[in-house]
Amino acid sequence: MSLLSNTTVLLGKELRTEFRSRELLTTTVVFILMVIVLFSFTFDPTYTESRRFGPGLLWLAFLFAASLMLQPCFLREQNNDTLSALRLSVSDPFAIFLAKLIANTLFLLFTELLMLPVFAILYNVPVLHVAGQLVMVFFLGSLGVSIAGTALSAISAQARMRELLLPLLLLPILTPVLVSSTQVTVGLLDPAPFIEWKGIGFLVVFDVVFLTALWLFGEYLLEE
Amino acid sequence: MTSPGFSPTGIRFENIEKRFGRLSALRRIRFEVDPGECVALAGRNGSGKTTLLRIAAGLVRPSSGEITFPSSAPGGTGTRNGASSGVSKPAISQPAKVAAGFVAHATMVYGELTAEENLLLFARLQETPNAAARVQKLLQEVGLFERRASLVRTFSRGMRQRVAIARALLHESSILLLDEPSTGLDPQGVAWLAATLRQLRDAGCTVLMSLHGESEISALATRAVRLDAGLIVADTRAGAEMHSILTFADA
Repeated sequence: MSLLSNTTVLLGKELRTEFRSRELLTTTVVFILMVIVLFSFTFDPTYTESRRFGPGLLWLAFLFAASLMLQPCFLREQNNDTLSALRLSVSDPFAIFLAKLIANTLFLLFTELLMLPVFAILYNVPVLHVAGQLVMVFFLGSLGVSIAGTALSAISAQARMRELLLPLLLLPILTPVLVSSTQVTVGLLDPAPFIEWKGIGFLVVFDVVFLTALWLFGEYLLEE
Repeated sequence: MTSPGFSPTGIRFENIEKRFGRLSALRRIRFEVDPGECVALAGRNGSGKTTLLRIAAGLVRPSSGEITFPSSAPGGTGTRNGASSGVSKPAISQPAKVAAGFVAHATMVYGELTAEENLLLFARLQETPNAAARVQKLLQEVGLFERRASLVRTFSRGMRQRVAIARALLHESSILLLDEPSTGLDPQGVAWLAATLRQLRDAGCTVLMSLHGESEISALATRAVRLDAGLIVADTRAGAEMHSILTFADA
């Protein structure tokens, strides 16, 4: 019960501070928009190329944007040593991670859904008929990115060269999520859409494994 | 400030050592703060005061040694161990951990939240009974009630320190750990803090605080301990010696 109530209170704090500062959302939206627009203007992909390479480009943009978004996740808790205050106040430190990863997933999902129509228009890829399935893939992929990213953000925040460290650690670990999410998205954007269940299954397993690891060992990542 | 009734809790440091790489920040620290005692920690910069307070708060794990929190409450004694092996979890008794109110060097409050939101956040996390009423009361006591809806990032250092002190007092803890608590406070703020701490001390709250020099706050101390290079080099309850320890007159 404490975990649930602490997580709810902390999630409220995460959402409130973000919607007040709009630091993370603005950075992420602008970054993804720039990648999609620039790629479209530079390569001017054909209809077939868009369907083949578009999903990979989209997920790469999401991944790089996420590495930008996740950087300040724990870093801004260090400015006033607020992380220490949280550690002293919560009964289960996992609540700190849980609130942050839920918030990060929501921010990432929000950004992805905002960018989907832009992608569909610029790359001439119809998405409305598979919107529900795409939201499911976006959710599973974003959750995987957020779980691993939140954990690594806690590690990198305490290290030297922290700005460089997070992408260096995050991107290799998230390669399987990138590949699976892209495969499923390619299937959904096919003229005869289909769900790549193997990819979905992999994303679910990835999320469960990393969430369990975070639950078991997360407390040690917060220690000074 | 109304004085809550505390179940007296002490702090016992047993051979506490803390190493940061090759640097020994604390060496064989062994002393006990009696329940209801007000102890002033003195020492030069880097002598280990902050590290000792952070270990007592449960934020830093000692390299070796043990901290216990002897309490008169039934089953209230908690223990915190140093890390002896790789990933063994520290045995932190929850009552002891939550019991300590901590004021650190940094204010430990969110600039993007208002004073009221900050206090409500921590009150709810600590499951403080009647959180909203308690927050309103504390905001009045620290003199920030009129500015309760202002973002903390717009506050001066002294005002942020008042919010930090209010946060530490939220759950009416039986132990207060204060790291130079008068930092940034104006004379009125220091006087208010001294009066508040006096009330808390008289009500049975155990106070361990680091200080530099003598002030209205240090006058509350019933004992002074001086650290030097991670070692306790002086420990007294006698008035004249306390003066020497706090002012470095004998150093």
